[in-house]
Amino acid sequence: MKNKSLVAINDLSKEDIIKILDLAEEFEKNPIQNILNKTVVATLFFEPSTRTRLSFESAVSRLGGRVIGFSEAANTSVSKGESLKDTILTVANYSDLIVMRHSIEGSARYASEVSPVPIINAGDGANQHPTQTLLDLFSIRKTQGTLEGLNIFLVGDLKYGRTVHSLLMAMSRFGASFTFVSPRELRMPSEYKMHLDSMGLKYTEQTDLNENLDKADIIYMTRVQRERFSDPLEYEKVKNVYVLRNKMLENTKPTMRVLHPLPRVNEIHTDVDPNPKAYYFPQALNGVYTRMAIMSLILDLK
Amino acid sequence: MKEETKLSVSAIENGTVVDHIPAQNLFKVISILGLERIDNLITFGTNMESHRLGKKAIIKVADKFFEREEINRIAVVAPHAKLNVIKGYTVVEKQVVEVPDRIEGIIKCVNPKCITNVELVKTKFEVIDKQNVSLKCHYCEKITDQEHMIYL
Repeated sequence: MKNKSLVAINDLSKEDIIKILDLAEEFEKNPIQNILNKTVVATLFFEPSTRTRLSFESAVSRLGGRVIGFSEAANTSVSKGESLKDTILTVANYSDLIVMRHSIEGSARYASEVSPVPIINAGDGANQHPTQTLLDLFSIRKTQGTLEGLNIFLVGDLKYGRTVHSLLMAMSRFGASFTFVSPRELRMPSEYKMHLDSMGLKYTEQTDLNENLDKADIIYMTRVQRERFSDPLEYEKVKNVYVLRNKMLENTKPTMRVLHPLPRVNEIHTDVDPNPKAYYFPQALNGVYTRMAIMSLILDLK
Repeated sequence: MKEETKLSVSAIENGTVVDHIPAQNLFKVISILGLERIDNLITFGTNMESHRLGKKAIIKVADKFFEREEINRIAVVAPHAKLNVIKGYTVVEKQVVEVPDRIEGIIKCVNPKCITNVELVKTKFEVIDKQNVSLKCHYCEKITDQEHMIYL
């Protein structure tokens, strides 16, 4: 991974993934290190994403590095019409590593081709967000003790959800089985089912969130967004159906954990929060360790 | 059938005959092969009857021989095209088009939010289905299928 950009989760081999998770585990035990003390990381957020940006910036700061950058494209040269290429070539002069988020799909791949310094994709539109996937994998391994052979429930918007698609692709390398829980309009696209078929992995589909939860090792919740529905009536019908409540977790496995990429709106009721099975806030903390690991491997500091 | 073709477009002494082009894609083939920009003698015929293609087109380019790479560039618009290399009024070699593994330029990515549709970036695709010509964008990873193909 030395000096290489991280654009998509499929850029990483299974060995790379495990290396990142192992190193993230080390950072979890010892999160204050001064290894980035001569490093400047640029965080270019052409599209706002407070959580992801703060997570990266926290990771850099805790490792003694400096951050430069912007949190939205307004008030920058981008709003004056500067091309992405020019922005990247300029900022590369000021930094050792660029973390970027952009609404245009493929922008990170393109940036990685023109940039003299490595690029970490912190989300390019609906396409890729590999550090999210890696922190999800870290959270799953940490709570389950393994990544192999788990039963993952993916809930909510499975049609457009970038996070669930990347997680599916990554977990399929570890022999997972899946249960897809979504309204009919937002079912898992067939290309992903065909991928699982080709790997010989099992999956089932259901529209009822209450069914089979006792079989889950992980329940991965995502938000069902109003704007995804062509028919507003359809949204009204399902909007309260995919809400996880504490009483639904009664018969779930003791080791089961609920994950969510955040921000949550109403799809996990707040009565779940005190339950030890709720893992979405620790999951966000894991993002810091995971990003520490990714950055230090790319900068060859570990 | 062959007789008719020969009658409608005159024979060449040396050069290349590109046959079995779908009639509706004739001008795309001309453009992809860059024939508008060369000075060679070019004749073409179109809307000829064809059992396989319905209506087909044919191009004859005098004193021009194509590289394999050039030929394959027309694969997306004329996957069944056949090339006859002519020397001294006789066919000395027959070439078929092969759909390449990767395609650069030529085709527009179907995704309006793709970087190739926003900035001056040359499109790049991996061919994921050679039979039906289906392309995966190197940048945004979306699939452009034949039905949605727009030529640049």
